[in-house]
Amino acid sequence: MTKDACKQIVIDIIAEIAPDEDLSDVKPDVPLRDQLELDSMDFLDIVMELRKKYGIEVPEEEYLQLASLESSAEYLTPKFNAVNA
Amino acid sequence: MESGRIVITGIGLTAPNGNSPAEFRENLLAGRPRIGTLDMRYIGPVPAGICDFDALRYQTRKELRVGTRAGSIGVYCAREALADSGIDWARRDTSRVGVYLGITEHGNVETENEVYNISLYDYDTRFWSHHHNPRTVANNPAGEVTMNLKITGPHYTIGAACAAGNAGIIQGLQMLRLDEVDLAFVGGVSESIHTFGIFAGFKSQGALAHHDDPNKASRPFDLDRNGIVVSEGGCIYTLERVEDAVARGAHIYAEASGYHINSDAKDAVLPNFERQAECMSAAIKRAGLRPHDIHIINTHATATPQGDIQECLAIRKIFRDCGETYINNAKSFIGHSMGAAGALELAGNIPSFEDYLVHPTINLDKLDDQCYLPRLVINQPVRADRVDAILNNSFGMLGINSALVIKRFTG
Repeated sequence: MTKDACKQIVIDIIAEIAPDEDLSDVKPDVPLRDQLELDSMDFLDIVMELRKKYGIEVPEEEYLQLASLESSAEYLTPKFNAVNA
Repeated sequence: MESGRIVITGIGLTAPNGNSPAEFRENLLAGRPRIGTLDMRYIGPVPAGICDFDALRYQTRKELRVGTRAGSIGVYCAREALADSGIDWARRDTSRVGVYLGITEHGNVETENEVYNISLYDYDTRFWSHHHNPRTVANNPAGEVTMNLKITGPHYTIGAACAAGNAGIIQGLQMLRLDEVDLAFVGGVSESIHTFGIFAGFKSQGALAHHDDPNKASRPFDLDRNGIVVSEGGCIYTLERVEDAVARGAHIYAEASGYHINSDAKDAVLPNFERQAECMSAAIKRAGLRPHDIHIINTHATATPQGDIQECLAIRKIFRDCGETYINNAKSFIGHSMGAAGALELAGNIPSFEDYLVHPTINLDKLDDQCYLPRLVINQPVRADRVDAILNNSFGMLGINSALVIKRFTG
């Protein structure tokens, strides 16, 4: 899986949990919470959807890796590739 | 010196057959019920009262996803009541506003959904939602209203089984008299049709209605009645002290003047007409009235064989000599909206203060002799000569009885 594909997966999850947000111009390097109405419960939703849909676990001490789209892709892409291997 | 008189200045509601007081009333007078069929998990098709209000009118899609159906019903009803009241919300001190909502139960829906959800993952609790606790705390529906309207005063729900709608109104009335708040959002809500447990429970009890035509399934007082139609719904009123309402030039629908709540202290499910009669009498007395001053009684009757008979015994005991007291029932149209029932059914009768029409109870083809009541309004509305006071009955499991007396506002 490429990083871009991984970013799209994260965007698709955010679209489900924050359906009122405009996701057409999410800046990859800017923290998601600085550009979208997301709270801590929403991030837990992202973690839950990764677990449900893709069998990917994000340990609590690594939640910060999901701060931006870029950091999410950096962190999650190897996990997706490991799951798909 | 304040009088302690409390008045209704706004009404917001959603019922299976109406999403505004006017639409609800129109359908009650026209004899139009609206009961649908739900395909319930584990049980299959059941008759149910289903609301179709526009949830997105006052909430975002995310709020609907995170919150509960009862919370959403509460938000819709509260916002509609607020708009109806004409209160200048931007200038309100919301720390002096309270939210008191009756619930029959809360949390069953969300818990059942989570249990079902983890069943899809071999009961691995890592898949249990972090939203479960805020969704299931008992204050959830009232709390969602405060978050939506930015109310910083007190909020809680009142668990009172099927007497809860009246209990919510009574709680707000008391808080206004105690000067705890200056404005109270009161009433009741129910999301019960989304829990299979309530249907399964009534079915096991032999108290779940069934009929080929769902619109004919809820038939209080009828010889062929066979149980309860479970419904969702909500109704919230704005209550104010009469001095405050008059000072701001509010339209005053009625005065909430008498109430009583008591307990059978006998059986978990079987009603008791003697305690019900005592409850009605005490509410009428507190309102400063006598039984013949009551011109409309909204019955609680849910179309169970025993419940209807017991309530009729109680009414006959108190009102046997009352020649101007009409009696009706809204559950025949909308089913039993549980925690919302008392508040919602009252809203169906309040317009009678202005138009003098009394809506009927419908689906009454063969009157059960044991349910005979003089001036029971059957299948067609009637025009009353006088409508000065309404008695609103709501009774519930564990032997809780509530009665509320609403009077015409006369200044």
